[in-house]
Amino acid sequence: MDPFYTEQLFPAINRGLWMSVILIVPSAIMGQLLGICIGCLRVFGNKVVQKLMNFYTSLFRGVPLMVQLFILYYGLPKVGIYLEPAEAAIIGFTLCSGAYNSEYIRGALISIREGQLKAAAALGMSKLQTVLWIVIPQAFRRALPGCGNEVIYLIKYSSLAYIITCIELTGEARGIAAQTFRFTESFMVVGAYYLFLVTVASYILKKFEERLYIPGFGAGKS
Amino acid sequence: MPVENAVKQEKVLEMDNICKTLSGKEILKSVSLTINKGELKVLIGPSGAGKSTFLQCINYLLIPEEGTITLEGKAVNPSHKKELYAYRQQVGMIFQDFNLFDHLTALDNVSIALRKVKGMSKKASYDIALKELTRVGLGDKTDLYPAELSGGQKQRVAIARALAMEPKVLLLDEPTSALDPELVGEVLSVIRDLAKGGLTMIMATHQMDFARALADEIVFMQQGEIIEHGSPAKLLAAGSGTRTADFCNKLSDMCEELD
Repeated sequence: MDPFYTEQLFPAINRGLWMSVILIVPSAIMGQLLGICIGCLRVFGNKVVQKLMNFYTSLFRGVPLMVQLFILYYGLPKVGIYLEPAEAAIIGFTLCSGAYNSEYIRGALISIREGQLKAAAALGMSKLQTVLWIVIPQAFRRALPGCGNEVIYLIKYSSLAYIITCIELTGEARGIAAQTFRFTESFMVVGAYYLFLVTVASYILKKFEERLYIPGFGAGKS
Repeated sequence: MPVENAVKQEKVLEMDNICKTLSGKEILKSVSLTINKGELKVLIGPSGAGKSTFLQCINYLLIPEEGTITLEGKAVNPSHKKELYAYRQQVGMIFQDFNLFDHLTALDNVSIALRKVKGMSKKASYDIALKELTRVGLGDKTDLYPAELSGGQKQRVAIARALAMEPKVLLLDEPTSALDPELVGEVLSVIRDLAKGGLTMIMATHQMDFARALADEIVFMQQGEIIEHGSPAKLLAAGSGTRTADFCNKLSDMCEELD
């Protein structure tokens, strides 16, 4: 095989793959949790909290992620907050994917029938207990396909991390391409890596959905 | 039975002057009702009479603008959260459309409040849930989810769920009206057993034969008010000329036309 691949491209891209995973996994998990919290607050919070969280969502969905990352990495030092590139990227991804996830969660929460909330109240459950034990377990299942979609997006927008000097898959490929001028091969290979990551993520999400399957909730096993 | 009732007229629940307005419309106009231990009171009346609103007000699922509710001599203050939750545990509610928790098996539907509200252990809560499910004839369906149960079975799970909390009063809001006709019987027979077992109940229904046979008192509501109340024998007697008898005749005429 052409030593370009074995000695330059693959070692660099494998390094980048590891970096990408370090960015994606925590962002996906924290983004999910943040989405659940914000989604719940947007539905069950008081008026002020709802307004505040709606504002958060429209802000983070409305401003391009690249701009958010620039602000986190280059803007925050102006107010004395210095973040490592990877930290800035993970925070940026989490905040952004949390905003999108909160929308899926919100949709799922309002789909839980009013009657079940009344039934829970009639059994003496407090509002918090009802949300924790009745609403969230159902909303989470209903939101799962949408939130899974968000994880797939996250894998791909993690490629923006290189612009704040966090050299992951795309960053490594760019570096090699610029050194060798072999742009086509570099980006074809990195494209294949992303496809692989997305395939693995889809498989895990599908297994997870099957695991959580309950009769009456979505398609489940097909 | 009548002799026994005369002896122990122990008041369980008193509703006094309940008024409720929903979106600008006066639904309940000063409704008062007292129920004694072991009694079954049946609320009847045309739809829109306020039966459902009244039952929901009794459990403070809707907070009435005016009026007081007294459980065993103690007035309830619904703005005090703890007191409200404690009160609701003692007053069970059965809904028209069952309202089972869709993500839980029959067993968990019945036992979840025992664990989360009463703080029981998993084992203890399951023992009670199994006992209650067996009582409503579903001892073999404990692991099924609501989506796998028929309407009648769902309503029986809902009854078991309410009974597991050992309520002092059970409120039933048209428990059979969302059911297919052939499933009504299985639910009514469970309720009949409860009535015979001495559970205090207030039930809104259109099942007149059931009311006639089992009610201690029939309460006729119309336009947010209690118009008549009395024993089935008195209200439904032929030629009594009561509004209740009139309403029942209309109901049975309608059924005959359908037949």
